Amino acid sequence: MNPMVSPPIDLATEKRHLGELAPMVIKVALAIGVLGIAGTAWLAYGAHDGGERFYRSYLVAFVYFLSLSLGALFFVVLQHLTHSGWSVVLRRMAEAVAANLPVLAVLALPVLFGLHHLYHWSDPEVVAGDHLLQGKAGYLNVRFFLIRMAIYFAVWAGLSRYYFRTSLRQDETGDPGLTLKMERLSGPAIVLYAVTQTFASFDLLMSLDAHWFSTIYGVYFFAGSILGFFAMLPIIFYLLQRSGRLTHSVTTEHFHDMGKLAFAFTVFWAYIAFSQFMLIWYSNMPEETGWYLRRQQGQWAWVSLTLLFGHFVLPFLALISRYPKRRRGMIVVPTMWILLMHWLDIYWLVMPEASEGRVPFSLLDLTCFLALGGVFVAAAAHRMRRRALVCEKDPRVAESLRFENA
Amino acid sequence: MTGSEKQLRGLLAEFGSTDVLLRAAERVRDAGYTRWDAHTPFPVHGLDEAMGLKTTKLSWFVMACGLCGAGGGLLMQWWMNAVDYKYIISGKPFFSIPASIPVMFEITILVSALAAFVGMLAFNGLPELYHVVFTSRRFVRATNDRFFISIESADPKFDAVTTASLLTSAGAAVVEPLED
Repeated sequence: MNPMVSPPIDLATEKRHLGELAPMVIKVALAIGVLGIAGTAWLAYGAHDGGERFYRSYLVAFVYFLSLSLGALFFVVLQHLTHSGWSVVLRRMAEAVAANLPVLAVLALPVLFGLHHLYHWSDPEVVAGDHLLQGKAGYLNVRFFLIRMAIYFAVWAGLSRYYFRTSLRQDETGDPGLTLKMERLSGPAIVLYAVTQTFASFDLLMSLDAHWFSTIYGVYFFAGSILGFFAMLPIIFYLLQRSGRLTHSVTTEHFHDMGKLAFAFTVFWAYIAFSQFMLIWYSNMPEETGWYLRRQQGQWAWVSLTLLFGHFVLPFLALISRYPKRRRGMIVVPTMWILLMHWLDIYWLVMPEASEGRVPFSLLDLTCFLALGGVFVAAAAHRMRRRALVCEKDPRVAESLRFENA
Repeated sequence: MTGSEKQLRGLLAEFGSTDVLLRAAERVRDAGYTRWDAHTPFPVHGLDEAMGLKTTKLSWFVMACGLCGAGGGLLMQWWMNAVDYKYIISGKPFFSIPASIPVMFEITILVSALAAFVGMLAFNGLPELYHVVFTSRRFVRATNDRFFISIESADPKFDAVTTASLLTSAGAAVVEPLED
């Protein structure tokens, strides 16, 4: 609408803080988390596999929540990089989710403890009898792996804290110069993000089968991560609005755009997934096809097909129309489904390496998910307990409020 | 051509701002006119609703054409590779879905884009080489700093006097007859 004549949206009447909701969310999330931890401990303690099953389930859940926070960090940096006005009212929640990255750095510790259970290249005996792994040992060795993990999490924690803190400082001072500072960092930040995110996916996931390699793997993980985040974002705002918060500042237009992004990255994920598959299928080289062969044999074939239809075809059809994207209650149904499919995608990346032909669903998968999910939500809610849920004094908040899809 | 041969084809109303234009469009819409249009130098948010325009059918047309493109692309490759000209390429099957997807994808995009372009023109009745609004000297400012509503005399509700007074009461700065 014409900026000269449109009436300003009245924010004075809107609830923009979690308020009394915060302790409740934290309590419930922590209760679920503790339940998950207790269940995990009970199940893992009773197992006779030395914890291998636990570490795999934990890795799936850990990478899942890591990917959501990484998606959030990408969103925040991208908004500054592109000087975006429309998204200002959404950015605070993305900042809050991204700010879970320091928490995830701590939650990475079990993965490091389980290194020898997860990654065959970390076993000197295996490497001694494996010519290929010897060739890769300069990169794939425990010390360098730990150094790289430290670098990734230092970059992610540093960036997410910087953007969260600076944005909060702007809430107090209203200084538009802070926006310029955040924008100036966004260029180098996106490069750092691309490098760390790509190599982290190589290290955490691709090296589960260190014989296999795919240069597009980092993009594949990126596509799924961003999609997961864009699926989570409308759900966050839907729940906040259901509880009477942000009822004015986040409009149908913003939901429409979150839906568009979820749709776009559904297609992007499928495009990248197929690009990876087709090149390997077509060139038909044994050192590359093994990875897909494992995922096409036995029960895994059904998981692969579920991903094709559930991760792409269904969300594609559900999100293509403008109609559901402009209806809050409708848009969250496919995005909740996408969040589930994103979990299955990570599961599909991790599990076939240890369980050929059989999908080893276990209660541990659920308890690890609950444990990490509870901590994830509780940490974010705790962080936001006294903060405004929108960037109140961003110089472009008015632009964001007025934003309309043409 | 002499003045007596000219016929009234419609009315052109000029407005000074988008706000007045939007309110006037609502009045014209509510009065039940069907053969009329609004002309603005830039896209005005809310004008679609004010004019009572229905959601476009273009997306369904594009969707249908895109699906035909996908199916046609698949059929084409099947017929070429597995029927008409069988040729073994690096031991691959004559016909397989994965190998066909890139071409299907490209044809889907191509057909959808063409359908959107041609469909948009067709649904809008374009190209339209002549319209009576172009007889108005005033109308050139529709591309600059003025907002217009034109109502054609072919509209069943059209009446030279009442339509003109509707436009005037809706806030038109000037109402002029369109003749040719």
